[in-house]
Amino acid sequence: MSRLFLRSPEAVAGTIILALLVAMALAAPWLFPRDPLAIVGPAMLPPFQDWTLPLGTDRLGRDVLSGLFHGARTSLAVGLAAAATSIIVGVLVGTIAGFAGGWVDEVLMRITDAFQTVPGFLLALAFVSVAGPSLGVVVVAIALGAWTQPARITRAEVLSIRERDYVAGARVIGMHPAEIAFREVLPNALPPVLALSSVIVAAAVLTEAALSFLGLGDPNRVTWGGMIAEGRAVLRSAPFLSIVPGIALVLTVLGVYLLGEGAVEASAVKRGNA
Amino acid sequence: MSADLLSVSGLTKRFSRGGKAFAALDGVDFAIAPGETLALVGPSGSGKSTVARCILRLVEPDAGAIRFEGQDLLALSGAALRSMRARLQMVFQDPLAAFNPRATVARLINDPLRIHGLVPRAERPAAIAGLLERVGLSPDLATRHVHEISGGQRQRVAIARAIATKPRLIVLDEAVSALDVSVRAGVLRLLKALQDEDGLAYLFITHDLGVVRAVADRVAVMDAGRIVEQGEPAQIIGAPTSATAKALVSAAPRLLGGETKQTRE
Repeated sequence: MSRLFLRSPEAVAGTIILALLVAMALAAPWLFPRDPLAIVGPAMLPPFQDWTLPLGTDRLGRDVLSGLFHGARTSLAVGLAAAATSIIVGVLVGTIAGFAGGWVDEVLMRITDAFQTVPGFLLALAFVSVAGPSLGVVVVAIALGAWTQPARITRAEVLSIRERDYVAGARVIGMHPAEIAFREVLPNALPPVLALSSVIVAAAVLTEAALSFLGLGDPNRVTWGGMIAEGRAVLRSAPFLSIVPGIALVLTVLGVYLLGEGAVEASAVKRGNA
Repeated sequence: MSADLLSVSGLTKRFSRGGKAFAALDGVDFAIAPGETLALVGPSGSGKSTVARCILRLVEPDAGAIRFEGQDLLALSGAALRSMRARLQMVFQDPLAAFNPRATVARLINDPLRIHGLVPRAERPAAIAGLLERVGLSPDLATRHVHEISGGQRQRVAIARAIATKPRLIVLDEAVSALDVSVRAGVLRLLKALQDEDGLAYLFITHDLGVVRAVADRVAVMDAGRIVEQGEPAQIIGAPTSATAKALVSAAPRLLGGETKQTRE
């Protein structure tokens, strides 16, 4: 599997980009121990002028490179946490709905419909406005709009798996229905959801950036979205302030997509051989 | 009738296909005594597998009664039904489909032991090894995944899983139909040996009269959801009276004579 995985150029590119990002996120407090929100030099210093501030400073004289590193932490943490939350909730809801059937299925799927009719970003916006911006709230806000897709996919998969003989076999040996649902059915329903996970992570990273751009991110943390918003006011005199975090954002989303593509391709090849 | 291990009466099940209702089972009656092998034979679509699934409570019949060990099987639900399942087991036709594709052999056999609390956790590996040996497999297979072992081995694992809870009746739904001839003979010998040791009863669902002659004490012939003839194997194979039995027997000489490899249903 890993050998197949590394044979696809997308997967290799994605892995390299994401590995760099993770390294940035992990190294941030060690390379830039100072508060990234602290003023360290003259305001609006262009990049490559001062070797201690290689990417220059923003309107208030804060280090852009330090912000970039610390922002990687926020983006990755929020993106992964929101994606994990929405996948876990979605898979649980989808498994229960598909396996239980009847009115349980009806109720859960109507709730899913209700969430799906409201645009995810609007939902996140409304939730953060009400609950106040903090890291946990942002994670929940993003997950609120993202759990419906995994729920639908899982339910469809569970509906087909629950008719298989091995589920009948589990009932025949007297297994409890809850154990059948979560131990026999759920793990076999996961692959299509995991194939979707890269899209969900990428969307979560973008949603987080969008929320920060609108000033609804955690105010005590540097975020790429927030940096872009900061730079917007001086877009004509200092475009690098928006471009640098923008490039970081694009690379992150690209890396996640490529990695996901590679993983899906590798698993398809593996299944083809089996 | 109280001496019967399993008695089925008036079993009826309708399915709707394309909006039209059709009767898969239309008043099925039969009984199995303890330690007996009843072969249920009939052409494809005659309702044999539906009978099996009704008895195992995988499909709910529309009408009729099923009594097992004197208990009304259809009245059981929830925990009572699950604990009864220890004494009433099933082996499916295709063991690859009947096992969770992620499971190892050990986990498959461990499940019934764990669920019915038959063996303390510490003693389960030994119990699993013992069961594997009983069905003629090496205990080393325990760590393998189901897709890593052969079809015959898989069916033996299915039998080990079924006997783990010491059942009194095992329903075998075309359990040897997918196996090739030499493997099939071995599995039939194993089933016979287990029956002699434990006094198991079998409901043996098949369409192969060669298998019937080898294992059955009695035969019930099914067609279009009804039992059309019941009797001793020698009598049914030698002098069939119903049209269905005659058709099965007249198709059989090729199978009985040369033991040719049989195609799947």
